[in-house]
Amino acid sequence: MSSQTFGKPDIEHANPLARTMLKKLDYDQLTNCMRCGFCLPACPTFRETGVEPESPRGRIALMKAVVDGVMEPDQAFEDQMNHCLGCRACEPVCPADVKYGQLIEQTRDAIEDHAQHGAVVKGTRKLFFRGIFPHQSRMKLLGKSLRLYQKSGLQKVARGTGVMKLFPAHMREMEQILPEAASKGVVERLGERYPAKGERIATVALFRGCIMDVLFADTNVNTVKLLSEAGFDVVIPKAQGCCGALHAHSGEMDQARELARVNVKAFMDAGVDYIVSNAGGCGALLVEYDHLLHEDESWAADAAWFAKRVVDISTILVEKGRVPAFAEAAAEGAVPEAVASIGASATITYQDSCHLRNVMKGSVAPRKLMKSVAGAQFCEMRESDRCCGSAGIYNVTQPEMAGQILEHKMEHANATGAQYLLTSNPGCLLQMKLGIDKHGRGGDMKAMHIVDYLYERIATPGGEA
Amino acid sequence: MTETALASKLRAIVGERYYREDMEARVAHSYDGTPMLQALPDGVVYPSSTAEVAAVMKVLAEHRVPLVSRGSGSNLCGGTVPLEGGIVMVMHRMNRILEVDLENLTATVQPGLITAEFIAHIESLGLFYPPDPSSMRISTIGGNIAECSGGLRGLKYGTTKDYVIGLEAVLASGEIIRTGGKLMKDVAGYDLTKLLVGSEGTLAIITEATLKLVPPPRAKKTMLAMYRDLYGAARTVSRIIEARIIPATLEFMDNPTIRVVDDFAKLGLPLDMEAILLIEQDGDPEAVERDIALIEEICIAERADRVQVAADREEAERLLTARRSAFTALARLRPTTILEDATVPRSKIADMVLRINEIARKYNVTIATFGHAGDGNLHPTATTDARDHDEVHRVEQAFAEIFEASIELGGTITGEHGVGIVKAPYLEWKVGTAGLDMMKGIKQAFDPHRLLNPGKLFAKETRKRVVLHHE
Repeated sequence: MSSQTFGKPDIEHANPLARTMLKKLDYDQLTNCMRCGFCLPACPTFRETGVEPESPRGRIALMKAVVDGVMEPDQAFEDQMNHCLGCRACEPVCPADVKYGQLIEQTRDAIEDHAQHGAVVKGTRKLFFRGIFPHQSRMKLLGKSLRLYQKSGLQKVARGTGVMKLFPAHMREMEQILPEAASKGVVERLGERYPAKGERIATVALFRGCIMDVLFADTNVNTVKLLSEAGFDVVIPKAQGCCGALHAHSGEMDQARELARVNVKAFMDAGVDYIVSNAGGCGALLVEYDHLLHEDESWAADAAWFAKRVVDISTILVEKGRVPAFAEAAAEGAVPEAVASIGASATITYQDSCHLRNVMKGSVAPRKLMKSVAGAQFCEMRESDRCCGSAGIYNVTQPEMAGQILEHKMEHANATGAQYLLTSNPGCLLQMKLGIDKHGRGGDMKAMHIVDYLYERIATPGGEA
Repeated sequence: MTETALASKLRAIVGERYYREDMEARVAHSYDGTPMLQALPDGVVYPSSTAEVAAVMKVLAEHRVPLVSRGSGSNLCGGTVPLEGGIVMVMHRMNRILEVDLENLTATVQPGLITAEFIAHIESLGLFYPPDPSSMRISTIGGNIAECSGGLRGLKYGTTKDYVIGLEAVLASGEIIRTGGKLMKDVAGYDLTKLLVGSEGTLAIITEATLKLVPPPRAKKTMLAMYRDLYGAARTVSRIIEARIIPATLEFMDNPTIRVVDDFAKLGLPLDMEAILLIEQDGDPEAVERDIALIEEICIAERADRVQVAADREEAERLLTARRSAFTALARLRPTTILEDATVPRSKIADMVLRINEIARKYNVTIATFGHAGDGNLHPTATTDARDHDEVHRVEQAFAEIFEASIELGGTITGEHGVGIVKAPYLEWKVGTAGLDMMKGIKQAFDPHRLLNPGKLFAKETRKRVVLHHE
């Protein structure tokens, strides 16, 4: 808001990473942090460790110290930047409105420019970030291989023979909880258009996601059907691809921008009123496509058009849709009339998706929907707004911290006594499944995507009401 | 300092993990909540017990290495910036509530305990600990004691000093002292407890505190009065006190503050008002009703444009949140926010607000003012950009003149933030040469080798007084 702006420090850095950071980091944002410390209690890694460098204020101070030439960025610096979950819980509590998420992504982008990855890491990153995620057909192929592995008995053999013991413990654990990969995605199953039941309220497009459509294709199908029940025509543009969030969080900004352009074009061509996401992690990047492409003159306006239309499934249901009645007994086939009279037969609790909550500001709608389910009692778990440790691929790259956070998370989840632990993001869902597996109370708690839970409990379909 | 005997001695005391001298740790402890101040320490130590604190201090005394003890580093006077290097001691690992004594109504806590967590625990027991600095969600009890933090409830309930009745502290020599106790009366010698409260880490390291608790008020009511005339609001404050009413909180926000707070907290505050008073009364229900009605009358008599009594607790909490976020919300205007706490006798509030506005105009700087008007503690807050050296210089000149004006009105240079680095050049203006010498004598008695938080409170030289234009 200042009438006059001041640039970056006039320093010629000898260190190449410092030089790149000086170029890439938004110096105004670094200056805007006034070090009040209000972000500290919101930060999961600060809460776990209690040390200043593990806090947003500390990390920004470290970034600024590098850019200002106070310190050389060493390995510890890079490790610290990677230690951040990127949950962005620090942003809503920041009175000065510092865009921490942008700063950490810019820093990781700079680090990635100079990364000396070993051949294996380099190869794996390239394979996934460039070779697989961006290509829906290859994601499908990967899904099929995973399915083959699961179905062929190889999975059993692998687990039985102890081959999995060759992998690090956290990889073994993840392998255990991976859902069955679908051979067909949402378009293959429902087609590219799915009509509204009853009078059409608006036309929306589904953002199907790359991982969602392979590991959680049922959730995508249920999302479309739920939207239809609520009065929306649903379009699923085939040309869409991966959102680029995992790239952006891992310092592959150019690749993320490339993916964003593909998606902006795909959805503009579809010409819809809203773009619906059912994955907080994807949605949070989609709503920031305007920022991602703001320096790209030929795309900035279209990216803004796109970003303005992105909305989470729960939010659009609550704010725009004809929300059908949900009932716990409906899942067991009880007649709708009987539902109203029954008492609470199930307890549900909810783990916020950080990006849905902190970036898309979508924490109210899911709770409204859950509270509307007849026969179910919603019980808020302590610190449901705190990151579960999944954080994109954080639980794979930083297993120790992720495990510590998850253990605390599950203490709170168990304390609710809930039978259903719902989430709004695939990463969180996998992490919750892992949590139940490792620290759960046994077989009586089930982690589900909120869409699947709700869809299975529609008591009076909207179109027929 | 290289990897020396000192480092290995410190590691032997606290363990490998809890003494660090890598750049990451040094940079992350080179600042606090004060703008434009940064200095690297040589090392950072995280003790877990009084014994460890004492052992560390003994080693440092032996090596003549300075020490800055700190909590969350949220102070606004540069109080925990390690100006002369040395070791920063972070108290976060000592964060337990050791005891809540329901018979004596006291709590004994460690210094690294987060203020808000302590308050939540105390309130869950049906008790009340009034000091509530705006940074309470992150500040520590130890930090509050070192700075003698105030807060919104200072007017009626006093500040941190009124609730600290006993301390355990480690001296510069490494010896441990205990002062006061679970005692409401104790005149055994000089009151070292009160001397240590607000001593800004320059006399001793606080390792344990016994705090007084009080029964909570039975009822509470919150109201807003809005004024198109700034001086009407300021006069209202004086009239309320004159009417023998001491509200629990009596807070003031001027127009620039109202605008940013509303933008931040989305409260729907009226943006066309020149001033808002946030008034809260607590106590027995009948007394609260009577006081609020009387205050309402006073507000209307002083030509408040609108007077609004919060319908319920939820609305009241939202209004309090607005005031609590004032400082940080101002930071959205410009990158750098400099918040001061010039304090005057409450009868002089109107004069002081007038002078602040005049001074801001004179130096062509933006200063928004809010504060604890009931106790005369104002927060004139300049929004600027640290990179604009010319403007920052004018802001400094403006503040020097604000301090001068405050003293002239019978006030002080700092009401609750402390002297630290920022106000050290002005301390003599307030306490006089003899007063300053006496304080230096006290420092000398406690810390003959200048090891504890050196460079704070006492400036190398006192700033020349500004000659005020109307004198």
